[in-house]
Amino acid sequence: MNPTVEIIISCFLLFGGAFVLLGSFGLLRLPDFYTRLHAPTKATTLGLAGLLIASMIYFFVAGNGVIVHELLITLFLLITAPVSAHMMAKTALHHKVRMLKRTAGKPLTEAARKREAPPLNEDER
Amino acid sequence: MKLSSPTGWLPMPAQSLILFVVWLLLNNTLAPGHILLGAVLALTIPLLIAPTQAPQPRVVRHWAAVRYVGRVLWDILVANFEVAMRVLGPTRRLQPAFVAIPLDVEGALPITILASTISLTPGTVSAEVSEDRKWLYIHALHLEDEAALIAQIKSRYEAPIKEIFGC
Repeated sequence: MNPTVEIIISCFLLFGGAFVLLGSFGLLRLPDFYTRLHAPTKATTLGLAGLLIASMIYFFVAGNGVIVHELLITLFLLITAPVSAHMMAKTALHHKVRMLKRTAGKPLTEAARKREAPPLNEDER
Repeated sequence: MKLSSPTGWLPMPAQSLILFVVWLLLNNTLAPGHILLGAVLALTIPLLIAPTQAPQPRVVRHWAAVRYVGRVLWDILVANFEVAMRVLGPTRRLQPAFVAIPLDVEGALPITILASTISLTPGTVSAEVSEDRKWLYIHALHLEDEAALIAQIKSRYEAPIKEIFGC
């Protein structure tokens, strides 16, 4: 395999690995459940895309033909990641999971739980 | 807004095609046996599940849909770097917030797509939709200007979705 391709593959692997690591790091570091939800659902999706692209290039160059499993994995990830993130946020909201004290728009959560329109006399609007 | 109601021997042509292609991709083959099996599955599964489908608005502007997918993928890439900075930076400066977004799009499918887009683009997660489907509640990781966030979501994502479904 020629060195240029190896470098490209390595770049994608590093890029992907960095974002997967970042997603996990965010999970550890962010202060409450709702903010923690942000890191692993998105950064990890992008990181995995990087890893999958690297895998596609590698197997293509190695002469195994175009492997399209990776595209399917990406597609399924893109479909399932937002749904699971939404379900977790929704569940947390309805279970009144403790949130950071300085979270803005707290009055909205009560309306959201009842699935009503937001209260009109909001303090920040 | 056009509604599709599944009828006939090919109730969901797009889904049939997707099923067929995904079957071949999963098996990574073009062997005649798999083409036949894939075709049978692609024809029978939609027939079985079509009665359970609620009528959904149809995509009327296909190119707009393709452009929308490209834009969202690009936004995912760009916005991820932004969130990366937030995660690595001091967490004390984070200002998380709940925001209610007034919805103009109608129908379960367009709202689902909008909510999924919001969840996929880093920095925001959709949490709940009001019973009358007029408000979408989202959680933002870091909010500086609520009006700007709402305006951005409405112009960047909701407007194209309205165009795609022609509603």
